[in-house]
Amino acid sequence: MSSVVIEQLHVRLGHSDILKDLDLRVENGEFLVLLGPSGCGKSTLLHAVAGLVDVTDGAIWIDGNDVTWTDPKDRSIGMVFQSYALYPTMNVERNMSFGLRINGTPKPEIDQRVQRAASMLQLTSLLARKPSQLSGGQRQRVAIGRAIVRDAGVFLLDEPLSNLDAKLRSELRRELKQLHLNLGTTMIYVTHDQTEAMTLASRIAVMLEGKIQQIGTPSEVYDQPVNRFVAGFLGSPTMNFIAGSLVQEGSRMRWRSPALSLDLTDYAFAGQARAAEKVVLGLRPEHVALVASDQPADGRATVSLSEPMGANIVLWLDLEGHQIAVDTESHVTHKRGDTLGLRVDPRRVSLFDAESGLRV
Amino acid sequence: MSVLTSNATAPVANVRRARPARPWLTPARIGIYGFLIISAAFFLLPLYVMIATSLKTMDQIRLGAIFSLPTTPEIDAWIQAWSSACTGLECRGIRVGFWNSVRIVVPSTIISILAGALNGYALSFWRSRWADWLFTVLILGAFIPYQVFLYPMVRGLAFFGLFGSLSGIVIVHTVFGMPVMTLLFRNYYASLPQELFKAARIDGGGFWRIFFQLMIPMSTPILIVAVILQVTNIWNDFLFGLVFAGRENQPMTVQLNNVINSTTGERLYNVNMAATILTSLVPLVIYLVSGRWFVRGIAAGAVKG
Repeated sequence: MSSVVIEQLHVRLGHSDILKDLDLRVENGEFLVLLGPSGCGKSTLLHAVAGLVDVTDGAIWIDGNDVTWTDPKDRSIGMVFQSYALYPTMNVERNMSFGLRINGTPKPEIDQRVQRAASMLQLTSLLARKPSQLSGGQRQRVAIGRAIVRDAGVFLLDEPLSNLDAKLRSELRRELKQLHLNLGTTMIYVTHDQTEAMTLASRIAVMLEGKIQQIGTPSEVYDQPVNRFVAGFLGSPTMNFIAGSLVQEGSRMRWRSPALSLDLTDYAFAGQARAAEKVVLGLRPEHVALVASDQPADGRATVSLSEPMGANIVLWLDLEGHQIAVDTESHVTHKRGDTLGLRVDPRRVSLFDAESGLRV
Repeated sequence: MSVLTSNATAPVANVRRARPARPWLTPARIGIYGFLIISAAFFLLPLYVMIATSLKTMDQIRLGAIFSLPTTPEIDAWIQAWSSACTGLECRGIRVGFWNSVRIVVPSTIISILAGALNGYALSFWRSRWADWLFTVLILGAFIPYQVFLYPMVRGLAFFGLFGSLSGIVIVHTVFGMPVMTLLFRNYYASLPQELFKAARIDGGGFWRIFFQLMIPMSTPILIVAVILQVTNIWNDFLFGLVFAGRENQPMTVQLNNVINSTTGERLYNVNMAATILTSLVPLVIYLVSGRWFVRGIAAGAVKG
């Protein structure tokens, strides 16, 4: 178990700055997920921690040691790659023991460690197989086993589940979470899949353009996104954004658009609340309650499309020419063209400045 | 595959839209087979003439019917070619040249492949935009006529006292094998997933360990290709053998030339033919044997399943 501290990290490849002045602290035993679209620098950050990418400026500390210029092998890390990166000419046992054999660990200890990792990952019966004789899930387990056998203080996982099919992916995801609970090792996990991020992480760091946009527990990042990018990146269907303005009405604030009007007395403003021209309302599909059109409501909309998902139905509503998605229970049916009332809990919404995109 | 099998096991009644049968014998097919047969005959005829002539007696050869089968097949000419044909003043047969060639080919092949693999491995990490330029220059190096290098090479080797020696000819073959070997291995290693190398670095592998324990074992298919290329090239070489090997180490090709040109009186066609076939036997066997190994090598080196 080790902590990882990254200070003012700057990585420049060729003529482009991949990472800029990045600070990050990963606590002992934490499962940190780096989440972001492709090209946001999350993989580069992971490779920099591994020592596979040269750092232009800044420092990386692992377990209290400055490892900025240390060889990958001396950083006490284990890495798992998307393509598994198993040595094709070696069998499972030799794949897992390669690192130990290199640094001259005594044979009995190697055997013991390999056996322990193999039983942990249900690979015991496959030890003599070559990687080409394994399924995708088994291969990835071997790759994880390689990190376990090395007794790595930090596990670095670079989109480890992306090459697997959907069913296997969710299976291995659960196993990975269980493994983290059992081992308690610090893990840094790179993915662009929000489901993996939400389910696995102790904390999520959402990245864009070489910068960490927000870092927090999955619920913090999901419920209180700091800007429109984070808000839109997490959640499926994605958050609805509706343009409007903030107005002062006596002692209370109101958010207003032509079709929707909200009393914001209970809304937790990020800073001092003041009236503003252009403020975007962010509304998660599951935070909108639908009522009959004759009931009191915050706004009205007509049904334009419904997408049954099995457990629920995603209803697309026309709100004054604006399409919004609403999660509804599957047993209630709505016809196209029905008019419904919307009720919104102001404690669950997010407001963003239309220009800067920052949370208000 | 599964689609095909399920079709094959489907009840016959279900075969509704089977493709209408086409006549097997179409003009196009006749053309193709005609062309193939004629080409095969074109390439096999000289071989047939050589084998037939080598088994004939001189009496039959003098009759001049080169396509006729030997009336009384004899292998005397082969024995003579191997052990007692005259190469210049010596009459110890082509076997001297055979063993000389083996002594040249084995070290030259091993050294040039090892050096090329190492070179290619090192260069596979170098992925700057100048890399492509360098490799273009390298491949050009493989196309410059060897005659251009002869004089400087002779002077250079003479300076080191290696001219006309076995090590001299091995060095020459290694040097001239370098461009193609380097390119071959660099392209192969550059096509391997980079993550494999990264994983090995994290496991603590250094440059040499990764090369010998990871890269070389993974190189089976390309090693086989390299061996085929080098063995046949070096075995078939005449120019370098003639210039650099010295009298003691003249390879089989040079000896063959001597056998054929140093006849006194009657030209022993049967012996010449036998000696020629013997000389070309090694590349021939390499090609025939390697085909199978080649496929096996590729299958064994497969990374993806």
